[in-house]
Amino acid sequence: MQGAKAIVESLKREGVEVIFGIPGGASIPFYDALYDSDIRTILTRHEQGAAHAADGYARASGRVGVCTATSGPGATNLTTGIATAYMDSSPIVALTGQVATSFIGKDAFQETDIIGITMPITKHNFQLRSVEEIPKIFKMAFKIASTGRPGPVLIDMPKDVQEKEAEVEFPDNVEIPGYKPRLKGNARQIKKAAEMLVNAERPIILAGGGVIISNAHEELLKIAEMLLAPVATTLMGKGAFPETHPLALGCIGMHGRKAANYAITDSDLILAVGTRFSDRSTGALHCFAPEAKIIHIDIDPAEIGKNVTAHLPIVGDAKLVLRDLIKYLQAYQLKKNTRWYEKVQEYKKEFNPKMDYDDVPLKPPRIIKDIMDTISYDDIVTTEVGQCQMWAAHYLSRTKPRTFITSGGLGTMGFGFPAAIGAKVARPEVNVVDIAGDGSFLMNIQELATCSENNIKVIVAVLNNRYLGMVRQWQELFYNKRYSSVYLGEKTDFVKIAEGFGVEGIRVEKPSEIKEAVKEALKNEVTTVIDFIVEPECNIFPMVPPGKCLKDIIE
Amino acid sequence: MVKEDMQHILVALVEDKPGVMQRISGLFRRRNFNIDSITVGRSEKEGISRMTLVVKGDEKIVEQVVKQLNKLIEVIKVSRVDERESVVRELALVKISTKTDKERAEIVQFTNIFRGGIVDVSRDSLIVEITGSSSKIDAFIDLVKSYGIIELARTGLTAMVRGSKK
Repeated sequence: MQGAKAIVESLKREGVEVIFGIPGGASIPFYDALYDSDIRTILTRHEQGAAHAADGYARASGRVGVCTATSGPGATNLTTGIATAYMDSSPIVALTGQVATSFIGKDAFQETDIIGITMPITKHNFQLRSVEEIPKIFKMAFKIASTGRPGPVLIDMPKDVQEKEAEVEFPDNVEIPGYKPRLKGNARQIKKAAEMLVNAERPIILAGGGVIISNAHEELLKIAEMLLAPVATTLMGKGAFPETHPLALGCIGMHGRKAANYAITDSDLILAVGTRFSDRSTGALHCFAPEAKIIHIDIDPAEIGKNVTAHLPIVGDAKLVLRDLIKYLQAYQLKKNTRWYEKVQEYKKEFNPKMDYDDVPLKPPRIIKDIMDTISYDDIVTTEVGQCQMWAAHYLSRTKPRTFITSGGLGTMGFGFPAAIGAKVARPEVNVVDIAGDGSFLMNIQELATCSENNIKVIVAVLNNRYLGMVRQWQELFYNKRYSSVYLGEKTDFVKIAEGFGVEGIRVEKPSEIKEAVKEALKNEVTTVIDFIVEPECNIFPMVPPGKCLKDIIE
Repeated sequence: MVKEDMQHILVALVEDKPGVMQRISGLFRRRNFNIDSITVGRSEKEGISRMTLVVKGDEKIVEQVVKQLNKLIEVIKVSRVDERESVVRELALVKISTKTDKERAEIVQFTNIFRGGIVDVSRDSLIVEITGSSSKIDAFIDLVKSYGIIELARTGLTAMVRGSKK
């Protein structure tokens, strides 16, 4: 069998249905083999778009997303997308063309050391050296990407290996001696956790992205209700707990809900599930939940004790650990902490965010509210990065896992739109809305062509303030309003751009037009860009100033 | 007293594949961990190399190092070696300048005391091979420094736990 055919056959055996990417000199044999297969290829207009689309596909579906690029510049263009997936533990497999093995190391045309470049941003990477090893390496790559703490895996495919013929065998399973993720939590530790939770007076649950990845949301809900414990999420955990639930506090963090930041600061026990306690979530560490003991459940032992000290660490898969925890909790006569519950409800009532602004130009919270009221809870929202992302995280309620997709760790501007494309390809039955800023959207706007040429319908809601808004906000608050290189100008016309790419564009300037526009976009058969003209210097508040405590959140 | 920046010895069994060293050194650089020395060689098993790493740092840092090393797919096992229960050795080659017969005789004598060996002699220099704990090698170097050390090569530590357990 030819190498390229063995690659395609391996992909088929892993259940791959779609590949996002762009071919090039070093990947023509691979694309030639794809030509005969029933794997759908989606030609993006930039490799970064391909990587984010594969990531969005993975996050929306839980399946491995696959992207591909040629050697050299194609491969380096993938790296931002790979790093994004790595920071947010998203399972993607990136396939890169490479110059023929005899040219490797000779600075050949379009050669780059993509293995060396991606070592710190992949869970693992491989370079094919022979046709015979292709099936095994692909099996390993998909296993590594999708199990344990998921993450991106890159396979570099030299052109001669794609072209050569050899006898190959496809294994059903592979042993990886140095890779044994621990899934089942230690029973004694979980029993101890149950005891601590039962005895706590002010317990709080902090749900991270790990809850979504391991599909542990039902178990989490059950535990919260058993204990009457409020639930805050991290940005990555948004959707892990229904935000319409009385126990829901929303996100903690720099732009989290005030009620969530206050409640976690007051708590005496945190049940943290699948979170790495990122600095944007915790604020200054010395005053992060000063009275609380921490039970830290994570599948990655290296996350435990990395940023905060865990009083009780439990290494394992969130779903399995929470299942066991429920079992142990059921043995107790559970008293409900009604006083704590009432306190939390007071916070929620006092700090209920205002959204019903009627201003012109538009205030972003109003746009978010009207979008939320028009779409369903099954629909998927992706975000770009910056103010738009924080407005979405703060104001938009989500009730289901995998319906809020955002670049949390790396904070990649330009992520949301291609991720929306990937999400839509993974789940064509739901609507996908990218909440974007004008700055971020411009970073991968070329993917409008991918939408129009492949009949992929998403909605891009641009909160157009003509600024790199988050940087402008920091310059306003912390740099004496010296707006250095943040003004994007007035001349870019998103409606015309949309038309130029063969999709729909709608401009919205008044609050009364918002819902109408979203409804129209939902009805349209093609992608729609809605250009919301928002107040240029509108800030995202509340905010914890950098280096400050969660409770020092300002409005 | 807080035992900060203590020396810790780690032994890692790793797959003998290209790029493994780069993965490990990259990890140390990226996480801002300090390595004192690394030695690598074959282990008793084919395809598996044995690496001894000496790192400095407090307990928390070393714990992170071990966890991060364990995350690397090609790292099969990492263990921490307690120096008191282990054989810990380093090899040094020291090229010493010898201007007179007297000097040469003195160095030969020192080398015998340190159970080292003379592995090369020329008219005005000789090479001493010496094995032992790092502090023994330090002591020898200190002793012969005044004669003039032309070149020094130390391997870094390698270690093995005493007794039959692995």
